[in-house]
Amino acid sequence: MSEGMRNGWELVVGLEVHCELATQTKIFCGCRNVFGAPPNTNICPVCLGLPGSLPVLNEEAVHLAMRLGMALGCSVEPSIFHRKNYFYPDMPKDYQVSQYDQPINVDGSIELADGSVVGIERAHLEEDTGKSTHVGGGGRINEAERSLVDYNRAGVPLVEIVSRPDITSAEQAKAYVNELRAILLATGASDAKMEEGSMRVDANVSVRRRGEPLGTRCEIKNLNSVRSLVRAIEYEAERQIDVLQAGERIVQETRHWDEAGGRTRPGRSKEEAEDYRYFPEPDLVPVEPDDAWRQRVRDELPLLPAARRARLATAVPATAGVALVVERGLDDLVLDAIAAGGDPGRLLTHAEHNVLEAGALTAESFAALSRMEVDGALTATQAKTVLAELVLTGGDPAAIAATHGFEALDESYLATTLDAIIAENPEAFEKLKAGDGKVIGFFTGQVMKATQGKADGKRVAALLQEKAKS
Amino acid sequence: MAATAQEIAAAIAAGQRRAVDVLDEHLAAIGARDGELHAFNLVTTEHARADAEAVDRGERPGPLAGVPVALKDNLCTRGIPTTCSSRILEGWRPPYDATVVTRLRDAGAVLVGKTNLDEFAMGSSTENSAFGATRNPHDVTRVPGGSSGGSAAAVAAGFAPVALGSDTGGSIRQPAALCGVVGVKPTYGAVSRYGLIAFASSLDQIGPFTTTVADAALVLEVIAGHDPMDSTSIDGPAPSLLEVLDHGVDGLRVGVVRELLGEGIAPDVRARTEAAAEALAAAGAKVDEASVPAAIYGLSAYYLIAPSEASSNLARYDGVRYGLRVDAANTAEMNTATRTAGFGPEVKRRIMLGTYALSSGYYDAYYGKAQRVRTLIIRDFQAAYEQFDVLLSPTSPTTAFELGAKTADPLSMYMNDVCTIPSNLSGDPAMSVPYGAGADGLPVGVQVMAPALGEPVMFRVAAALERSLA
Repeated sequence: MSEGMRNGWELVVGLEVHCELATQTKIFCGCRNVFGAPPNTNICPVCLGLPGSLPVLNEEAVHLAMRLGMALGCSVEPSIFHRKNYFYPDMPKDYQVSQYDQPINVDGSIELADGSVVGIERAHLEEDTGKSTHVGGGGRINEAERSLVDYNRAGVPLVEIVSRPDITSAEQAKAYVNELRAILLATGASDAKMEEGSMRVDANVSVRRRGEPLGTRCEIKNLNSVRSLVRAIEYEAERQIDVLQAGERIVQETRHWDEAGGRTRPGRSKEEAEDYRYFPEPDLVPVEPDDAWRQRVRDELPLLPAARRARLATAVPATAGVALVVERGLDDLVLDAIAAGGDPGRLLTHAEHNVLEAGALTAESFAALSRMEVDGALTATQAKTVLAELVLTGGDPAAIAATHGFEALDESYLATTLDAIIAENPEAFEKLKAGDGKVIGFFTGQVMKATQGKADGKRVAALLQEKAKS
Repeated sequence: MAATAQEIAAAIAAGQRRAVDVLDEHLAAIGARDGELHAFNLVTTEHARADAEAVDRGERPGPLAGVPVALKDNLCTRGIPTTCSSRILEGWRPPYDATVVTRLRDAGAVLVGKTNLDEFAMGSSTENSAFGATRNPHDVTRVPGGSSGGSAAAVAAGFAPVALGSDTGGSIRQPAALCGVVGVKPTYGAVSRYGLIAFASSLDQIGPFTTTVADAALVLEVIAGHDPMDSTSIDGPAPSLLEVLDHGVDGLRVGVVRELLGEGIAPDVRARTEAAAEALAAAGAKVDEASVPAAIYGLSAYYLIAPSEASSNLARYDGVRYGLRVDAANTAEMNTATRTAGFGPEVKRRIMLGTYALSSGYYDAYYGKAQRVRTLIIRDFQAAYEQFDVLLSPTSPTTAFELGAKTADPLSMYMNDVCTIPSNLSGDPAMSVPYGAGADGLPVGVQVMAPALGEPVMFRVAAALERSLA
């Protein structure tokens, strides 16, 4: 539930995510599937829909769609293509070849980092359209002075992943998109770049009073980033609640997110009356992957983010940093370092807070570093400095520590230093005795100053607590 | 009678004739009479001469080396206008050759021009051409049939020994019958549709017009066979047909289809069909009455399925990328203005029929039901082919009718295809063989039908019928 939701209201969101598959060539022809080529340079009679041309399905697109489907826990079904008929200049045939009532992947789910599960209704194959640029007249097609169309994208293979309406907050929607993106990257199905349009998200948003049936939904388009998605869902929920509380009804419609204005605006209502006249595409044959093909895809499946999180969680004492460490792809390094005798807790903490990418850091040196820390040979602060160097240049942590002159302070020296500082600051020590924990930071700072940063902050805090109690 | 393709190819291969002389002879015939008949939309004199000269230099060997061939103007020819006899494509030059065109060229054929048709192959008289009607060489007050009327007339008039047409509901067989030539609709998928401008994709099939059964076999051997550019292409080599022509019909089971010999079939046409059955019996075939009960519903199903697919196939003629564009205030209005000006009345009628049949709320009652009828027809044919090797019927209910006789009444025009449509719906091969004349002295064709991939047995029977007239 979003923090912003008003009392008694529930948010219901389903997401439709379009992903361009990372195939070598387009879905129905041999043109290259690449982003950013000069306009209309990757085109042929087939993807231009020239009279007489015919589509031939790209096996690699089917393969990647199956791999993604299996990664989403879907059942991979025999499927067929339909034609979705409507006129638009960037669609060369004025119909889109898509899957309708017999999609390739059905009934899956995604487990998010927080353990919640979002159902996947389907993940079907279809072709992308070209890209229009409208010049003049405010950039809209029917007011434009002229329109330019680039057909390089026409016929790029897409998978449309349709979630069930299981998402109950904008934050969960964000987590879903991030998790889906991680799965797309892990499986190699897509490069999933929202900024290049290879991953595009539409949100179906509705609200209802708690316990009531689903409300009327609006489909929000033009969401170009995860940030837009979150803002748009939050705005739209508030808008719908306002409408309903005013005693009016929600009209089912497509709405466009206006990033600058921070609001959704209705699209043309005419679009809603569109009848796509779906019928089976007679130029293509059914897709019926045999058992051998399915097995081949299954064998290729990498360990997915949810499984990697579970694997790491069983090896470390805390769960807090697990999701982030897996997202950064550092889980293998941490697990290898644990296997090499490293301290699980210290390794996880460092991977979560102090390592953005592994760089030159090896599992062995990472493990050795964590052991030095646990053995008291390095303070947390010193370890962080050594670690930064290990990531940059690699090497032996003990040698690096030596070049910095790092050595753990003798316990009795630390105690003597601390006693001196307490003696100089009796009021602060009284506050600590009275239970005011804020002064610990002050004392730690003073000790650090006195020891040129060589003291272990945690050890200082522990000593202080002991002295306060005695 | 002019020389056959086999005779021409043999004479050129033996060095007895030059390809350019053969070409000149045919160009002279075209020059003398095509002003009256209008079989051609375009005669490609220069291209043809270059091709013939290359044959004479020995650069283009093959089974059709030096044989003049005419192409229905819905087959794409690289750099040569391809119009579908429609204003909407006037002036468009395809950037590629249809697969059949490539195969003909590779076999040494000399392509002499593009023949007239009913606009987008929609019609049974070639009167629906935007460029004027074609006339029947046997009587210029009569139609040549359609939609491949230009190709049928070209072969009947001796303009070329071979022409290709396309057959969606009888568009090769009916004009072949009316013009007194051989016309073949192969098994669906036997000949690649790549480069055939689609009318109804699940029904369209390319086939030859010739003066003899052997020539038809020769051409089909050249153009048939798997094409990776057409997903519906049958995976296998072209059938061997020439070698079976003299195998006779002794012992073959021939069924005369009761449902296609009843009401609406002219008595003289029925008499010629019965004569054909008797001739086959005399040659040793076992002839009996056959029944394909659902065949009578073929016409109704066809006029829902074909227009439905056409409404989608013809959407791409929107003025955006090629062909006619009528400028207007914005894109949507430009689409409408272009299509209003570019399509003729029969094409508009079928687009509207098909759009309606696919509309939400009507799909099941029209398109869905028509597809179920199609399934019944397939089943009834399968049952009939358990008892018979081939089936026999008239090709067309009447001989050639006068120009203008049926243009005011689309339904009476549609009735022309009652005998030919069932084989398109079932996907089975069928061909029309000239079998004498009707009461008016005009040609009558008899239709030989066979099960899928049954071209060899179909050609054996056709050859036997041809011999029985000699």
